Amino acid sequence: MPDTLTPVLTDNWGDDRAWTLAAYTERGGYGALDKAFAMDPAAVIETVKESGLRGRGGAGFPTGMKWGFIPQDNPRPKYLVVNADESEPGTCKDIPLMMASPHTLVEGVIISSYAIRANKAFIYIRGEVLHVVRRVQRAVQEAYLAGHLGKDIHGSGYDLDVVVHAGAGAYICGEETALLEGLEGRRGQPRLRPPFPAVAGLYASPTVINNVESIASVPSIVANGHGWFASMGTEKSKGFGIFSLSGHVRRPGQYEAPLGITLRTLIDLAGGMREGHELKFWTPGGSSTPLLTAEHLDIPLDFEGVGAAGSMLGTRALQIFDDTTCVVRATLRWTEFYKHESCGKCTPCREGTWWLVQVLSALEKGQGSESDLDLLLDQCDNILGRSFCALADGAVSPITSSIQYFRDEYVAHLTEGGCPFDPARSTAWAGQEVLA
Amino acid sequence: MTTVPEKTDLVTLTIDGVQLSVPKDTLVIRAAEQVGVQVPRFCDHPLLAPVGACRQCLVDVPDAGNGRGFPKPQASCTLPVAEGMVVNTQATSPVADKAQQGIMEFLLINHPLDCPVCDKGGECPLQNQAMSNGRADSRFSARGGVKRTYPKPINISAQVLLDRERCVLCARCTRFSEQIAGDPFIALVERGALQQVGIYEREPFESYFSGNTIQICPVGALTSADYRFRSRPFDLVSTPSVAEHDACGSAIRIDHRRGKVMRRLAGNDPEVNEEWITDKDRFGFHYATEPDRLTYPQIREDGELRPASWPEAFAVAARGLSEAGGTGVLTGGRVTAEDAYAYSKFARVALGTNDIDFRSRPHSAEEAAFLAAEVVLRRTVTYADLESASTVVLAGLEPEDEAGMIFLRLRKAAGRAGSGGGTRVVSIAPYASRGLAKMHGQLVRTAPGDEAAALAALVAQGEFGIDKTAVILVGERLATVPGALSAAAGLAARTGARLAWVPRRAGDRGAVEAGCLPNLLPGGRPVADAGARVDVGADWGVDVPETPGRDADGIIAALGSGELGGVVVGGVDPDDTTDPAATRAALEAASFVVALELRETDVTRAADVVFPVAPVSDKAGTFVTWEGRPRPFEAVFSSPSSLPDLRILAGIAEELSALGVGRPLGFRTVAEARAEMEEMGPWDGERAVLGGSETALRPSSTTEEAGAGAPSSTTEGHFALATWKLMIDNGSLQDGDKAYRATGRAPVARLSPTAYDAHGPTVTLTGDRGSVTLPAEPAELDDDVVWVPANSFGNGVLADLASPGSRVTIAKGADQ
Repeated sequence: MPDTLTPVLTDNWGDDRAWTLAAYTERGGYGALDKAFAMDPAAVIETVKESGLRGRGGAGFPTGMKWGFIPQDNPRPKYLVVNADESEPGTCKDIPLMMASPHTLVEGVIISSYAIRANKAFIYIRGEVLHVVRRVQRAVQEAYLAGHLGKDIHGSGYDLDVVVHAGAGAYICGEETALLEGLEGRRGQPRLRPPFPAVAGLYASPTVINNVESIASVPSIVANGHGWFASMGTEKSKGFGIFSLSGHVRRPGQYEAPLGITLRTLIDLAGGMREGHELKFWTPGGSSTPLLTAEHLDIPLDFEGVGAAGSMLGTRALQIFDDTTCVVRATLRWTEFYKHESCGKCTPCREGTWWLVQVLSALEKGQGSESDLDLLLDQCDNILGRSFCALADGAVSPITSSIQYFRDEYVAHLTEGGCPFDPARSTAWAGQEVLA
Repeated sequence: MTTVPEKTDLVTLTIDGVQLSVPKDTLVIRAAEQVGVQVPRFCDHPLLAPVGACRQCLVDVPDAGNGRGFPKPQASCTLPVAEGMVVNTQATSPVADKAQQGIMEFLLINHPLDCPVCDKGGECPLQNQAMSNGRADSRFSARGGVKRTYPKPINISAQVLLDRERCVLCARCTRFSEQIAGDPFIALVERGALQQVGIYEREPFESYFSGNTIQICPVGALTSADYRFRSRPFDLVSTPSVAEHDACGSAIRIDHRRGKVMRRLAGNDPEVNEEWITDKDRFGFHYATEPDRLTYPQIREDGELRPASWPEAFAVAARGLSEAGGTGVLTGGRVTAEDAYAYSKFARVALGTNDIDFRSRPHSAEEAAFLAAEVVLRRTVTYADLESASTVVLAGLEPEDEAGMIFLRLRKAAGRAGSGGGTRVVSIAPYASRGLAKMHGQLVRTAPGDEAAALAALVAQGEFGIDKTAVILVGERLATVPGALSAAAGLAARTGARLAWVPRRAGDRGAVEAGCLPNLLPGGRPVADAGARVDVGADWGVDVPETPGRDADGIIAALGSGELGGVVVGGVDPDDTTDPAATRAALEAASFVVALELRETDVTRAADVVFPVAPVSDKAGTFVTWEGRPRPFEAVFSSPSSLPDLRILAGIAEELSALGVGRPLGFRTVAEARAEMEEMGPWDGERAVLGGSETALRPSSTTEEAGAGAPSSTTEGHFALATWKLMIDNGSLQDGDKAYRATGRAPVARLSPTAYDAHGPTVTLTGDRGSVTLPAEPAELDDDVVWVPANSFGNGVLADLASPGSRVTIAKGADQ
């Protein structure tokens, strides 16, 4: 069981002006590029396959295999699209990475594009984070000026253009086909599959869509070899990942560690829970993953371990809630988010989230009856797996899991005629209030 | 897509325990229909691309054909069948049934309970499927759920209204507009439960096919200004019929109540109109109930028309005609085939003349010869052939305006993806219209008058690849271009391409078949052929006149000069004719005019006897499509005072016979006329040949003849006039629905960018018949060509400006 941090992507974050090309090259940045160019593109794909890298955007699909799906005999252009539409509540790894070390991403984009033989790549960044858009734009500009992008990169004969695209503010655009719709200038709504993006994605051409962290991991794999990468992590979840701890821990932040680390270790690294409080519940990978409790402190945080516990590793967005938090209130807030972000295309998500919010709001105010919990579960059952894309599956996760673990707390709202918690006590400034 | 794809590879699967084989790529939802299971659905429509949005059609798939099942229910509208697949629908699977009930419950939470006042109530897929696949009571409202509400309906066009509350966001309307009509002026906007159908104010939802969105809306979200709140579906009686507005023969359903048509819907005929109709076919029925509708016969006495009884009118008409000397017959293009046959027989049997012509629009002798040689009895091209053709050449035809169903077929054919791509559309026209762009078509830019040369040139131009897999569609407008129809026939003969003639009016082709032409007798029998005359004469018991008659222009001229004294006119608008002023003058000059009309017109005002005729809703009949396909229909209403043309002609003929002139027609009813037509059958002898193919090869010289009298040089300010009728225009059969008319396109004059720059945004066109001022729009026309819509302003181009192909001058219009 690994218990130490393995800073790779985050290693240079503390450097002076780490986001500049100079700082990045100082550390040997863009060195992996020449190593990749010396290889056949197919060999780069093979290396990534061998490394066991799985998608860091949540679903954990093997990255090398995804690249291998691109039909190389297709006469249409091929595209790499980086999904930087990080919008999940709790997820906060790509945005710090792009702020701290955008060149890691750019170098990864070049190597990945080279591997799949794309001459055009797009970085689709969540539109709300304008500072990140600017930082990545500047990094791409620097890379062009330094000859890392453009024509005949490093004399390899390989050309690549990168477009940094700012989204327009929709969570659904993190869904890869909705992202493609948005990138093509249309409304962000998911597309019917098949055809899959690997065959007919952006502009009906073969397209690979990868998460920021997946792409950013590629340079280190090429530089250090797939064996190095595969030596970390667990049997089926290899390598390292950024674990984002937020909430009621003493030192929230990014902790880069091998997959398979436990929450107990991570909380220790983060200085423990907030003084005088206990862990109550947590999300392993953002609000779309069913929440877990203190009994899951020792499960290995890899794809298999979290799956076995009835949740998903997701984006390793560990939102930590202590005993001051009302789980009903937290669940209601998440559900309001999904209602607001439902794209409207399919019925269960559009109408279901509308209704779920109404039922949860009533419960939080202590209105209704215990049978409403069964109604909620039945609604969730009618939504889960019935909708067009995974957004609605994520929307019901907090509800079903919170009722599973905290049914009594829901009932307490009804018996006490309202929320038994003082929301002020769960805030970061609890106990520090100044009374006028 | 409605026609079962021609695929021999079948896939065998099991649905609800029943094994069946269906063609590969069939969707599960449609395979299920074959075992008698209707899976509920909203967004699914067999003619639209699958979208999988409403999720109502979820089914359980325990085996996808590979031994593994889907863990969750699947949308059967997006799932193609697979060999060995096992599907359990709501009929056998509790999982599927619960999934469907869950979706239905979600759909209803934000749907208003206004079924009692909703137009769709009683024929509503949501209402019906909520009963069959939903819960008995609402858990949402029982717990005080709050519905999303909107202000009541908003106009998305003058005709189409949207109740956003009722919308279930299935996207059928938006997909229809984008995929089928090619008018993507409505789209879903906003997100989540606030998603709604929206428009972009600066590009209004002006589509000739917008009414179809109302019909395919699975709820009452889309309604028409015309029908909204007018009746309940269960109070209506439905009668299948055929649309009377163009030569497409679209199947329609007429819904009526207490003797009044309340609305018309598209019928489902995969071989003809699939499930679509034009807005003209849908909303154009109020003409029959306009206040100027004629309801009783009238005769002229002391210069004034006065009401008369039917027998008196018959007698007066017969006496007048018997004393008028030579009499011609003008039938117009709106009559049914049976009525056309009656006119044809009336001319020959009662009046003893071949002076009959259905062409109440510019025409030529060449056209009459072309119709006899290349059109009558021919059934060489069908709608399906348009889809399988490699190339379709359009000449003198703008399908979006003049034959809506041809337009939709060509758009479907041209947009079809897959092996070998779709049908290529090549249009010989003055400019690339929006309709041509929607058919992904290619323009052979041709100035009016040069069509013959353009057609002849297609043989030489290999790039167009005209061969026997191609189809040539020629419009009736080509008659105004000397040599063009011959050139089209020549092109077909040389390349093996199939040729079809597409008229504008529903009765045109039937009139050709019935012999409403000076050179043709019924069944394609040439007047010039003695054998054919004997054949007809033997049936009719008369000697058919030997000499070919006068065409419509000839009849008008002869009336003017006094060579003819009488004229029988049915359904002709003088403003449609070659020379409206001449037609009016001829009616004045005629010694005796018998008019058979629906409504008061310039013809009835000039007539000596006026007979009211039945509108198509009041009589049985047959329209013959441009393909030559007979489309019989039955009467919707039986109104004893509303007689078909043939009954009136029979009455006059009987009175004439009593005066010793001619013989009676021998039939009084549509059924009797039909029987006689069938008995006579088609001509099996030699058909007429198109006189001298050398005419086809001299298009340039004939073009100059046409331009005689006008300056032939392209001097500054002289423009060749190109024109056709827009689908929605001032035609009298479109009267009575303001909302419908408002969805038409505003009249503009189209000029080349150079000419536009020279003459500005408003232009005044002056021709030999008058001047009109119109807003101008630049388009890719030749610098010396101007296009205007034929009947969208004043009395139309023919009456107010000049004849098509002639030259007009353009001046900067008055500032507006």
